[in-house]
Amino acid sequence: MLSCRGVTRRPWFEGFSLELEAGEIVVLRGASGSGKTLLLRALADLDPVEAGEVSLAGVPRSDMAPCEWRRQVVYVHQESVRLARTVRADLARIRELSPQVQPSAVSPLSPPLDALTENLSGGELQRLALARALHAEPRVLLLDEPTSALDEDAARDAEATVVEWTRCGHAAVWVTHEAELAERLGAREVRLA
Amino acid sequence: MTTLPISWIDLVLAGALVLANGAASVWLGLGLGRRLVVAAVRTVVQLLVLGLVLHWVFETDGPVFVVLILLAMSVLAGFEAVRRTTRRVRGLLPGSMAVMTLSSILVLLYGLRAVVGVEPWWAPRYAIPILGMILGNALNGVSLGLETVLEGFDRERRKIEVLLAHGATRSEASRDVVRRAVRTGTIPIVNSMAAAGLVSIPGMMTGQILSGEPPLSAARYQIFILFCIASAVALGTVGVVLVAARLVFDERERLRPERILRVGPERDG
Repeated sequence: MLSCRGVTRRPWFEGFSLELEAGEIVVLRGASGSGKTLLLRALADLDPVEAGEVSLAGVPRSDMAPCEWRRQVVYVHQESVRLARTVRADLARIRELSPQVQPSAVSPLSPPLDALTENLSGGELQRLALARALHAEPRVLLLDEPTSALDEDAARDAEATVVEWTRCGHAAVWVTHEAELAERLGAREVRLA
Repeated sequence: MTTLPISWIDLVLAGALVLANGAASVWLGLGLGRRLVVAAVRTVVQLLVLGLVLHWVFETDGPVFVVLILLAMSVLAGFEAVRRTTRRVRGLLPGSMAVMTLSSILVLLYGLRAVVGVEPWWAPRYAIPILGMILGNALNGVSLGLETVLEGFDRERRKIEVLLAHGATRSEASRDVVRRAVRTGTIPIVNSMAAAGLVSIPGMMTGQILSGEPPLSAARYQIFILFCIASAVALGTVGVVLVAARLVFDERERLRPERILRVGPERDG
């Protein structure tokens, strides 16, 4: 589904290649500062790269408008931010960006819709970020330590939600420091040197 | 009725007021005396030179020199608008100069030809002072708008990136920042229009009344000028803010915050 070949951004990664199949989760691990976040951002087309080709379902990224690419390959930041005053308005803002997609139910990961976003904790903001990404209905999720601020139960809920979501033909790359995550998700692990 | 002339002796008498201020500064130990004298001397020299130049320009008999002066004034205003900001982005200076020139000259031409009906259209007695008033205000609006938009991109880059990451276009992601910047740039002139004549008599109306124009006619001129200024401020602010908003993204609509350079201390508020 998502294919990248020879993606390079020195000094962090050089000639990185990955084939991500539909329904698959790849867990990306590596030491701090090894460029995991930069790689996800590069795949999401949020940062430029020096070399390499990226494509989605055989269509090169260069043939797609940037917004079209990012609608289908959504990057979830590790530290989330508020987009609007309430959770409902926050999700509505995302919905405005993809009006052609049929609206689906809000993910159970979302904090209460009428909650004020300024009152959300770090963990709740991370749940909102995940709910927001799922609400955008992409084909691929690029998750940058999306559960780092969640308690254990909430983290397991988030993991289960993403696994369930990929079973519908979607795919995800999940950056983590956690050694057991790949096994828990039943995912392939890739290390960034 | 004509204006009572002010002689050199009258100016010396007016200067006594500044000297009185200087004496008060010395007496109170404010340390402003020297700066006050320098500022007063600059006022005298700059305005007399301006008077001489305008006298000479008003005597000219062709549009070329007048047009060159109008262009120079506009380009300098575009330069000054960028110089006043504490953040810059590459390519902003030519953009600001082009937008400022285009917006101000367009409004000036419309005002002179369609509204006042000046003949010839380049008549320096009208074109130069009216453009000066337009630019003086547009400069404030544009620099406020620029400061706000670049500060917005700097401060809200995470939010903008989250929107981009979910498929927002460059325009959709920067909508809030751009709107806020345009509002900030245009609020002063909107407030000025709302308060016109309530707190003080505006400058042009004052000048016309002093030169013997009937107050109602002076009021009509002031209204015309305020409308021209408001239009130029809005056009200039929208234009320059959009140019700045374009420059902080690359060709793949990625936000490039490293393009925003800080060149001075951040303003309060």
